[in-house]
Amino acid sequence: MPPLLTLDGLSKSFGAVAALQDVRLELFGGEAHALVGENGAGKSTLVKILAGVYPPDAGTITLDGQPLSLSGPADARSAGIAVIYQEPTLFPDLSVAENIFIGRQPLRSLRRIDLAKMRARAAELFARLGVRLDPDRPARGLSIADQQLVEIAKAISLEARVLVMDEPTAALSGVEVERLFAVTRALRDAGAAVLFISHRFDEVFALCQRITVMRDGRRVSTGVTQSLTVDAVVRQMVGREVSAMFDKQPAAIGEPRLEVRGLTRHGVFADIGFTVHSGEIVALAGLVGAGRSEVIRAIFGIDRRDAGEVLVDGAALPNADTAAAIKAGIALVPEDRRQQGLVMELSVERNATLPRRWALTRAGLLFPGAESRAAATWAQRLQVKAARLTDPVATLSGGNQQKVVLAKWLATAPRVLIVDEPTRGIDVGTKAEVHRLLSTLAADGVAVLMVSSELPEVLGMADRVLVMHEGRLTADIPRARAGEEAVMLAATGQAAAA
Amino acid sequence: MMTVDAPPVRPQTRGARLARRAFLVRELGIALALGLLVAVTFAVNPRFLSAQNIKDLLLGSTILAILAVGQAIVVITRNVDLSVGSILGLSAFATGALFVAAPGTPIAVMLLAGVALGAVLGAVNGGLIATAKVPALVVTLGTLYVFRGLDYMWATGRQINAADMPPGFLRMGTDTVLGMPVLALFAAAVLIAVGYYLRHYRGGRELYAIGSDPAAARLSGIPAGRRVFAAFVASGALAGLAGVLHAARFGTIDANAGLGSELNVVAAVVVGGVAIFGGSGSVYGAALGAVLLTTIRAALPVLGISPFWQGAAVGALILAAIGLDRALSARVARSLRERNVTHV
Repeated sequence: MPPLLTLDGLSKSFGAVAALQDVRLELFGGEAHALVGENGAGKSTLVKILAGVYPPDAGTITLDGQPLSLSGPADARSAGIAVIYQEPTLFPDLSVAENIFIGRQPLRSLRRIDLAKMRARAAELFARLGVRLDPDRPARGLSIADQQLVEIAKAISLEARVLVMDEPTAALSGVEVERLFAVTRALRDAGAAVLFISHRFDEVFALCQRITVMRDGRRVSTGVTQSLTVDAVVRQMVGREVSAMFDKQPAAIGEPRLEVRGLTRHGVFADIGFTVHSGEIVALAGLVGAGRSEVIRAIFGIDRRDAGEVLVDGAALPNADTAAAIKAGIALVPEDRRQQGLVMELSVERNATLPRRWALTRAGLLFPGAESRAAATWAQRLQVKAARLTDPVATLSGGNQQKVVLAKWLATAPRVLIVDEPTRGIDVGTKAEVHRLLSTLAADGVAVLMVSSELPEVLGMADRVLVMHEGRLTADIPRARAGEEAVMLAATGQAAAA
Repeated sequence: MMTVDAPPVRPQTRGARLARRAFLVRELGIALALGLLVAVTFAVNPRFLSAQNIKDLLLGSTILAILAVGQAIVVITRNVDLSVGSILGLSAFATGALFVAAPGTPIAVMLLAGVALGAVLGAVNGGLIATAKVPALVVTLGTLYVFRGLDYMWATGRQINAADMPPGFLRMGTDTVLGMPVLALFAAAVLIAVGYYLRHYRGGRELYAIGSDPAAARLSGIPAGRRVFAAFVASGALAGLAGVLHAARFGTIDANAGLGSELNVVAAVVVGGVAIFGGSGSVYGAALGAVLLTTIRAALPVLGISPFWQGAAVGALILAAIGLDRALSARVARSLRERNVTHV
C-alpha cells in the first residue's frame, strides 16, 4: 500500500537556526504514527508546515501520490489535513459552536448560516466525545482542557484524512484522554492517517503503530512500536544518558527565604502555600494553564492577590507592589523574554543594567562608562556571546538573550530568584550553562523557584517538586521520590501524590 | 464503537444566557440611557417631543448613524477608519459638482455614484493597510488629510448652493414618509442590512473572528487580509452614501463638509458598546450610540446647560460607556472562569 502522505527532504530555518533539516516522514491511511522528541527538536515546526502556516524552505509534500503545495491554512484544510495545536487557538468572543464551524458553518437558503443546525451538530460532536459543553457559551473563560476539547471537536468535524495532533492530551484528564483515543481509533480505522505528538510514552505506545524520533531538527529513526521500548526511544530522543545532563551541586538547605501562605486569586488559583529555603531549588510543575505563571506573577506583585500573604525572610510584602518585591530581594526571570524580559531595541548593556540604573547613577546622572563596566563584568561571568555590548539585544540568539535576562537580575544580588521556563527555546549547550548557573546560585544561598514544563529539567534540578492542577497545589514531592509518573499524575489531577 | 454517557445538553443553558445578558445589557443600557435623557428633557420642556423636534432629531442622527455603522464594521475587526469625515466631504462635493455638470442626473444614479466614490476611497485605505502592513490608525490618519486636501483642491473655495441642485433631490432631504424622514429610512435600511449580514453570514462572523484573535484567524484559514480590505471598502462606501445624503439635507456644500466628524463617529461606536479592540459589539449598538450623541447635543440647551459643557458631557458619556463595558466584561469573564475552577 502506498503512503497517504509523504514528506520528503523537508527543511526550514528561522534566521540562523535550522529548525528542520532534511526530514522524511511517511503516513499511511489507517495508521497512527507517533512523533516524539525533546522540546526544540522541530516537531511543532513540522506540524506548522503540514498545517500550511509555514512554507518549507526545501522539500516536498505528497498526498495520494500528488504533489501538494500549501500556501496557507485554508489549503491544508481543503486538502483534508486537520491540525490540533498544542496551544488552543480559539476566538474568545465567538460561541463554542461558531469556533468549531468558523468559515464552514452549515448554511440554509440565501447562504445564511443555519444557527440551529450548527448548534445541533456541535452538541452531536460533544456527545460523541462524551463531554458536557454548551455550544452557545462564548469560548472566553473555558479551561485549557475544555478549549482543547473544542479544538478536537473542530478537527473531528472536518472528517479529515490526515489528523495531526500536537500534544492534544497535555491538559486532559484520564477519562477525557480515553474518549479522545476512542474517537481517534475510530477515525484511524475508517482510513485516516493520524500523526500523534506526545511526551507521554504510555499514550504513544497504546495508540500508535510506528514511532518516529526527532532530535535537533533531524529525523533520528522510524520504527515499529512493537519492536521498541520506552528506554530505547528516550535514548534516541536525548542522544545521551539523561542523568548526565544536569549538573546539580549539593547545597546546604538553610533558613526559609520565601514563604507563601494561602495565596488566592479568584477564579485563577486558590489557597497556594509553600516555602522555599535558602540553598533550595523548588520546581513548580503542572500542565499548561494550571496557573503556575499566574502564581509567580502574584508573588512578584504584578497581579493583585485576593487573599493570602507572601513573606521574604519573614517580612510580609505589600499586595501588588513590584518595586517592594524587588527591594525585598525577589528577582523574576519571565517566561516570555522577548515581550517581558528584555527591551529588544536597547543595547545589551542597557538591558543588563536596567534594574540597577539608580544604583549606577552619580549625582542623579547615568554615565555610559558605569553601565558598560557593570555590563561587561556580568557578560563575562555568564559568557554572553555578543559581537559588541552596544548592539541591540534583538541581534543575539535566544540562549544569549536569556543570559542577558539572568545577568540583569543577578546583578541585583537577589535573595529569591524566580525563573519561569528558564530554558524554553534555547539550545542544549546553553541549557546546561543555565542549569549550572541556577545550581551555583542555590549553593550561594539563593532560594530558587523554577516554573518548568520540561519534566527532565524539573526532575534533574529540583530539590522539591510542587505540582499544580487547575489552580490548586496537588503535590509536594521531595527529590528522592520525584519521578515522571508521580508528577504527571498530580499534574493531571488523578492523584495527590504527596 | 464507544459508549456515550454524557447527559444531553439543555437548549437554554447558562453560557447562552450569560452571553445574551451581556448583549442585552450593552444595547439595552444605551437604549435606557437614551430613554432617560428624553424623559428628563421632556419633563423640563414638553416641546422637546414635538413632531417637528423628533423629526429634527432623527434627521440629525441619520448621517452620524450611517457613518457609525460603517465604522463599527471596521472596529469589529480591530481596526479604525479615521478618514470617514473626509470621504463624506469629497462625496458631498462630488454630488454637487455632478449636479452642476449634469443637472438631469437621476437621484438613484447620484446615490450610486456617491457609494462608488466612497468605495474607491475605502479601497485605497484597505489597499494601503494590506500592502504596507501599517496599522489602520496611521494609514487612515494620513488619508484623512489627503482626501480632505483633494477636496480643497477640487473646490478651490467654491460653494455649491441649493439653486444648483434639482428640487427633487433637496426634497429627499426634508420629506417624510408616515412621519419618518426619508433620510432616516436610508439609515434604517443600511442598519438592518449590515446587522443581518454580520449575524447571519460567514463573512460577517469572520469579521468578528478576526477582531477576536487575529492569530487564530490566520490558523483557521480565514482570509483576514481580504476581509479587512472589504471592511474598509464598506466603511468608505457608507461614508460616500452619507456624503450624498449630506448634500441633500443641507443643500449648501463647500469643502468643509463633514470636517472633524471622524471622532464623533468613533465616539458613537464606542458609546454604542463596540469593543475598540474588536471582536464584540453590534451595529445596532453603534447606531443607538449615534442617536444618543445627537440627542444629547439637542437636549443640553433645552435643559439649560451651557453649550460650552456639551463637549464635556459627551466625553463623560464615553468614559461611562467604557467603564460600564469593562465592568461588564470583567464580570462575565469571571463568572465564566469560576465555573471551571469549581469542579476541581
